[in-house]
Amino acid sequence: MSETPLTQASAHLRHGANIGQSLTRHEGALKVTGQARYAADHHPAGMLHAVLAVSSIARGRVIALDVAAAKAHPGVVDVMTPAHKPPLAQDPDEKTHPFMFRLDVLQNDRVRYPNQPIAVVIAETLEAATEGAVLLAPRYETEPARTDFPAGAHFTPALVGVADPAEAHHGDVEAGLAGAARRLEAIYETPAQYHNPMEPHGIVAAWEGDTLFIDTPSQGLAMAQARIAGLFGIPPAAVHIRSPYIGGGFGSKGVFSGPQVLGIMAARLVGRPVKLVLRRGQMFGPVGHRAPTRQSFRLGADNAGALTAIGHHTVTASSQHDDFFEPAGGVSHTLYASPAIATTYEAVRLDTGTPLFMRAPGKAAGSIALESAIDEMAHACAMDPLAFRLKNYAEVEPMSGKPFSSKALRACYAQGAERFGWAKRPLAPRQMRDAAGMLVGWGMGTATFPALMFQAQARAVLRADGTGVVETGAQDMGQGAWTALGQIAADSLALDPDRVEFRAGSSDLPDAGIAGGSAHTATAGMAIHGAGADVIARLAELAMGDERSPLHGAGNAGVIARAGRLFRRDDESRSESYVAILARAGIPAIEGHGKSATDPAAQAAYAMHAHGAVFAEVTVDPDLGQLRVTRLVGAFAAGRIINPRMVQSQYYGGMVWGLSFALHEQAVIDPRSGRPMNANLGEYHVPVNADLPSIEAILVEEHDAHVNALGIKGVGEIGITGTAGAIANAVWHATGMRARRFPITLDKLIGPQDN
Amino acid sequence: MQPDRHAPPSSLSRARTRAFRLNGRAHAALVADHVLLLDYLREGLGLTGTKRGCDGGECGACTVLIDGRPRLACLTRAGECAGHQVETIEGLADGGRMSPLQRAFHERLGTQCGYCTPGMIMAAEGLLRRNPDPDEAAIRAALAGNICRCTGYVKIIEAVQSAAGSAR
Repeated sequence: MSETPLTQASAHLRHGANIGQSLTRHEGALKVTGQARYAADHHPAGMLHAVLAVSSIARGRVIALDVAAAKAHPGVVDVMTPAHKPPLAQDPDEKTHPFMFRLDVLQNDRVRYPNQPIAVVIAETLEAATEGAVLLAPRYETEPARTDFPAGAHFTPALVGVADPAEAHHGDVEAGLAGAARRLEAIYETPAQYHNPMEPHGIVAAWEGDTLFIDTPSQGLAMAQARIAGLFGIPPAAVHIRSPYIGGGFGSKGVFSGPQVLGIMAARLVGRPVKLVLRRGQMFGPVGHRAPTRQSFRLGADNAGALTAIGHHTVTASSQHDDFFEPAGGVSHTLYASPAIATTYEAVRLDTGTPLFMRAPGKAAGSIALESAIDEMAHACAMDPLAFRLKNYAEVEPMSGKPFSSKALRACYAQGAERFGWAKRPLAPRQMRDAAGMLVGWGMGTATFPALMFQAQARAVLRADGTGVVETGAQDMGQGAWTALGQIAADSLALDPDRVEFRAGSSDLPDAGIAGGSAHTATAGMAIHGAGADVIARLAELAMGDERSPLHGAGNAGVIARAGRLFRRDDESRSESYVAILARAGIPAIEGHGKSATDPAAQAAYAMHAHGAVFAEVTVDPDLGQLRVTRLVGAFAAGRIINPRMVQSQYYGGMVWGLSFALHEQAVIDPRSGRPMNANLGEYHVPVNADLPSIEAILVEEHDAHVNALGIKGVGEIGITGTAGAIANAVWHATGMRARRFPITLDKLIGPQDN
Repeated sequence: MQPDRHAPPSSLSRARTRAFRLNGRAHAALVADHVLLLDYLREGLGLTGTKRGCDGGECGACTVLIDGRPRLACLTRAGECAGHQVETIEGLADGGRMSPLQRAFHERLGTQCGYCTPGMIMAAEGLLRRNPDPDEAAIRAALAGNICRCTGYVKIIEAVQSAAGSAR
């Protein structure tokens, strides 16, 4: 397998036909006609329906289930319980790597969080299974729920996020604070949030002997395949997962969840295909969430407004039984220049499902707090918030001292501010009103997200008829993988997109890594790039070595590929089509392979991040506190853009998540029972059409020679960062009231200011 | 903790033959009284374009047209449709030809993950049939009950405006 070197000389700079074009969505026609088949749309012959019974308590034991009543219900085939279930080959509480999380798959009668699966009813119809689950009428031995955040028992986690240290220091924060002309201490709180992709987690599972076929949404097919193989004691190759269309994931479909495993177990138990789909309320437990945080900032600045210290202490929460600690401090490592930075953590354990990666993990919660604190410090220094950010612009990554591989943040600030009209902003708050007498405020925030790469593989085939096939098990959850990776695939073979069949969304294809970390286009794209380049290299070798080819003897000058032909680099009048080369050689097809991974040398030398600037306008009713975002302008620089329209969509979607973070989303936990009180889409608020402001996203040009040979950073998550803080800062500018507990609801803008 | 238990009323198990029009064609079937239109379409007829996104009436993903008006299939019993016209996303295209709204959603990128899309299009279709030239506020109001978690809505509004414009 040829590994594509991470050099600056990208083959695509030569081909360049498809990348950068706004092709429409590859699978769009299927989606708008209802023909795109999501996991739960499958219905194999003989299929049964499985419905979960979930715990209505947060902590304790299930002491009775009326299995007889459920089984007596017409249509019910079987009831899976801790006492009656197929065996697993691996303890679901075992952890062997950081991406492995403990699962609740009926291993015992313990309840460790609300909405934990406690039984599965399998029936001929969905209605019968649903009724059977009700008839189980569980009885519990209930223990008091531990819900006290942030006041519960604190400890220092060993690691936060995937593997970040829980304590990091640069310079001397205490000295920086002691010597500061101005100091700010402020505490910001963010709530628990639930991913809530529109498509609930579901699975259709069918066993054929010890071979398993499943339809289920997955942001990480190879990882899911390995997880299932381990649990059921079968080889990974015996697990076939189809996941061509994912109805949103946002991180919740990144690790294989307990309910998905239960669907497979149910199919094993009854020996027939089984469909199991979560109800919306059941998604507030076993499929992850964003943990709450309480972030304490201590900032110091000198007389000129230069930061002298950033202290960022985060208290967050994990479940009682597993570890994931929201890495909110990370933003303080990268965004603003300061001679002293310290990030520290404490954590509390709660009776909840285990928190997980949720769109912009760490960064979203950290960003709204840091951007608020920076805004407060700018005000304390009597400086315009943009001028203050420029004063503290990081020329190198503050924590590590590494140069940035690229950073067009100044251009983002300038273009965003210009478009928004930021120059007209009065410095003091509560100065602007609209025609209806509403208070108007303008705020801004800096956006940032790391440019990550995971590992992936791809295969490319050029066929004798001059068409190509490119395969990698990429996952499209709406971000546009089918389209953008298809464009890279076509470019890698220097063919028009309609000449190349791009295959993705199946675990039978080469491992495309995780669709997460805003890294999928770069990761899978680089593997595809390598596979196509491998094919072209083999084809060139074939032609150049054949004296009947006009390319014969091109030697070191070599050839370039364009539109289905190879051209001599030193004489473009000499060329030959792929079809002619293969026909003369009598070869039906040429296969190439590629893989991608992070480049440790580049990682060691450079800090790699996408950046952006977001400007927000809000109106606030001065009497009622009613709050609306009326305008958002974001300007983002994320390296090479494969498909500008899809990237714009990602920015829009991310910015609306930022709006949601600032004003809407929160899980409200009943402190008595530990249950989420708003486990539905009526009361877990997300923005709807009526909440929508005018949104603009500017794509700022940026070239990065170091992140990878394609120069791609990520765009999926950055839009939340910056936006949430910009809105919070605009609320302050409108009202003069600083809300530090998110989301900012109208009760925080009227009455006593204990926000 | 007391179990929360409710026995099904005996009438729930009764099934009757129901006749209605589905996507323009006469349709008659034996349908149990308690079966929801959403589950009947999806599991009974294999019309899986209509999606379930919530536990009842919160998200709009299952929006269909009944007698030309947007209705939530998750809050409608299949039996109630007797004598009425039901239209789903599958009935919107004319043979292989996308409807103007479908084409606009496709070309304007009004769909991302696509899960809310059928419901969103059916809600918009209901709007355009009663108001062929809606302003932006009317579009937003008509789609206020349809949640999209991906797009930020901008391109959905643009798609509906575009479809309305092309019909003018």
